[in-house]
Amino acid sequence: MKILVCMKQVPQKDAPLKLNAGGTWIREDVSYEVNEPDAYALEEALRQKEKNGGEVIVITAGPGRAQQVLREALAKGADRAIHLEDDAFVGFDALNMARALAAVIKAEPFDLIFTGLQSDDYGYAQTGVILAELLGIPHATIVMQIESSGDGIRVKRELEAGYFQFVEMPLPAVLTIQSGINKLRYATLLGIKQAKNKPLRKITLAELQSAVPAGAAGNLQKIERLYVPQKTKNTEFIQGTPAEAARTIVEKLRNEVRVI
Amino acid sequence: MPETVLVIAEQREGRLNRASWETLAAAQTIAREMGSTVEAAVLGEGIGNLANELAAKKVGKVYAVESAQLRSYTPDGFSAALKHLLESRKPKLVLLPHTYQVRDFAPKLATAMDRTVISDCIGYKNEGGKLLFVRQMFQGKFTADVSFQCEAPWFVTFQNGAFRVDGVEAGSEAAPVEVIHPEMPEGTIRTRPEEIFKEAKQAVDLSQAEIIVSVGRGIKEQKNLAMAKQLAEALGGELAASRPICDSGWLPMDRQIGSSGQTVAPKLYFALGISGAIQHIVGMKGSRTIIAINKDAEAPIFEIADYAVVGNLFDIVPPLIEEVKKTKSRA
Ligand SMILES: Cc1cc2nc3c(=O)[nH]c(=O)nc-3n(C[C@@H](O)[C@H](O)[C@H](O)COP(=O)(O)OP(=O)(O)OC[C@H]3O[C@@H](n4cnc5c(N)ncnc54)[C@H](O)[C@@H]3O)c2cc1C
Ligand SMILES: Cc1cc2nc3c(=O)[nH]c(=O)nc-3n(C[C@H](O)[C@H](O)[C@H](O)COP(=O)(O)OP(=O)(O)OC[C@H]3O[C@@H](n4cnc5c(N)ncnc54)[C@H](O)[C@@H]3O)c2cc1C
Repeated sequence: MKILVCMKQVPQKDAPLKLNAGGTWIREDVSYEVNEPDAYALEEALRQKEKNGGEVIVITAGPGRAQQVLREALAKGADRAIHLEDDAFVGFDALNMARALAAVIKAEPFDLIFTGLQSDDYGYAQTGVILAELLGIPHATIVMQIESSGDGIRVKRELEAGYFQFVEMPLPAVLTIQSGINKLRYATLLGIKQAKNKPLRKITLAELQSAVPAGAAGNLQKIERLYVPQKTKNTEFIQGTPAEAARTIVEKLRNEVRVI
Repeated sequence: MPETVLVIAEQREGRLNRASWETLAAAQTIAREMGSTVEAAVLGEGIGNLANELAAKKVGKVYAVESAQLRSYTPDGFSAALKHLLESRKPKLVLLPHTYQVRDFAPKLATAMDRTVISDCIGYKNEGGKLLFVRQMFQGKFTADVSFQCEAPWFVTFQNGAFRVDGVEAGSEAAPVEVIHPEMPEGTIRTRPEEIFKEAKQAVDLSQAEIIVSVGRGIKEQKNLAMAKQLAEALGGELAASRPICDSGWLPMDRQIGSSGQTVAPKLYFALGISGAIQHIVGMKGSRTIIAINKDAEAPIFEIADYAVVGNLFDIVPPLIEEVKKTKSRA
């Protein structure tokens, strides 16, 4: 089984974020990490390979910094990596992004394509589904388990409020992976060493020209502005040293919340 | 002719869900402002009564899209049937609830029509006739106003709770229902869905708890859960968590609060090191009092907290446990 894992680099969860001058995105001088569900997608691909054999290829689109995501994936056990390297990719909407990814996939077919179910930054939750449509193959979203079934696969989809559903489909297919589908592994020292010799192919935006002729100008939607949300609730901020804060909280619990 | 705002309502096992009514409320609000007409569609097999339920509201028309192939939801079936409907009716706006089902087919449908979806919106703005859709970004730390740069139909999905169900306006008379039998050639549907099920019965029912102490990733390590547990015990409450804590196996799944976990409404919800992502908030925002401790003053949880402490939970929780015990022993 040949599996492609789409991995995106996003600002670190705890990183303090500031608006850029144009108020259209955040300032780029933050630390980045891999999008959380994408890490689970990689882990799932590695497990499928360990069970059924095959190859795991990772792909990211983004500036030079995004290569870090690929390096980490190779260290964990991915066989090779593809980097769509250009600063312009981050300004793509999900349709354009999926078009760029689809162009690469059309040139080299895969049995399974994994994406995360959504990104931690823009949180669009669409790229995988769009990709499947562009490739003309079936998909399933928010996947929590994958098993083979005849010539195809049987996957467990998470639904709302604790419900689930199994769905069968033929290959090739796109699956969007949910966090928690498995337990993540850490890269080993040996893995990190081996990663240095694994192939990492770079593809420029120019090479994908025919797939995304207009670049970001071809986006079907536009972020007009970004801002800090307005507070709607009257939150009372409790001040003081930890001991003072503890006393104030207990006072509130007794006199206002009335639970002790 | 006025433009049309079309709502795609969602049903499961013969019932329209709450999010569909909220989306209808959104459509009526937007239509009132833009001078457009609202229409609604529902898909499935034997859905006449659902169509009638929608037709009782203030809508111009309801489409009952009927087919044996739509009995169980599949992205292929729903996307094909709706494409057929949209291409002939040409609505300006297509509004859907941002449910798991819609996430599964709406991007496919829009792509098949060379269009885009502005997903997971919490509202809209009308700036001199130009419609902007408001959505959260960076897990709620920022909000963005997003516009369409393409022709209609414009697809928008609305987050649960973005509009109020009681905002739905009833009609003065029942709207006409048009039954549509979409053509779906052999082989349209490539996936085979099985029955929906619930995982083994939950051992704890947190929905009845009066006090909940909930931990998030800010707790850092599994062993630190002991501290949160002590606080819960001192208060006489239950321990719960955000999803990543349960994903890591530190607490069982049935203690997870949020859209994919339990929905709770205790008297007191204590959030320790939880950032306040929307998927968590939908599970606990009905709590009577919310107290949050988070080291990040910008954490979105503070937007819904009644009392907030900006600080390190490891500094604050230990004296808090002592203080609670002291007060209780005195009482
Ligand atoms: C108008 C507009 C302007 C934007 N401007 C900026 C900007 O200036 N700077 C910026 O950083 N972002 C910007 N973005 C965000 C943009 O790059 C999104 O990340 C992109 O549209 C994909 O959406 P998403 O990440 O929400 O995808 P989702 O659909 O939520 O992501 C799901 C999955 O798709 C895969 N995936 C998504 N993107 C990539 C990728 N790049 N490489 C590999 N796999 C991927 C991953 O597996 C991910 O888990 C902009 C978006 C829009 C719509
Ligand atoms: C389809 C879907 C369904 C989901 N369902 C759910 C669900 O049911 N429930 C759920 O919870 N999530 C759910 N999620 C995940 C959700 O989006 C968030 O990722 C998750 O809620 C974040 O958990 P967290 O707040 O614990 O972690 P983080 O977002 O990492 O936040 C940790 C917080 O701890 C704070 N912190 C760190 N150290 C300290 C310290 N020493 N003292 C005080 N504060 C500290 C940080 O400032 C930060 O705000 C779902 C996501 C998707 C896409």
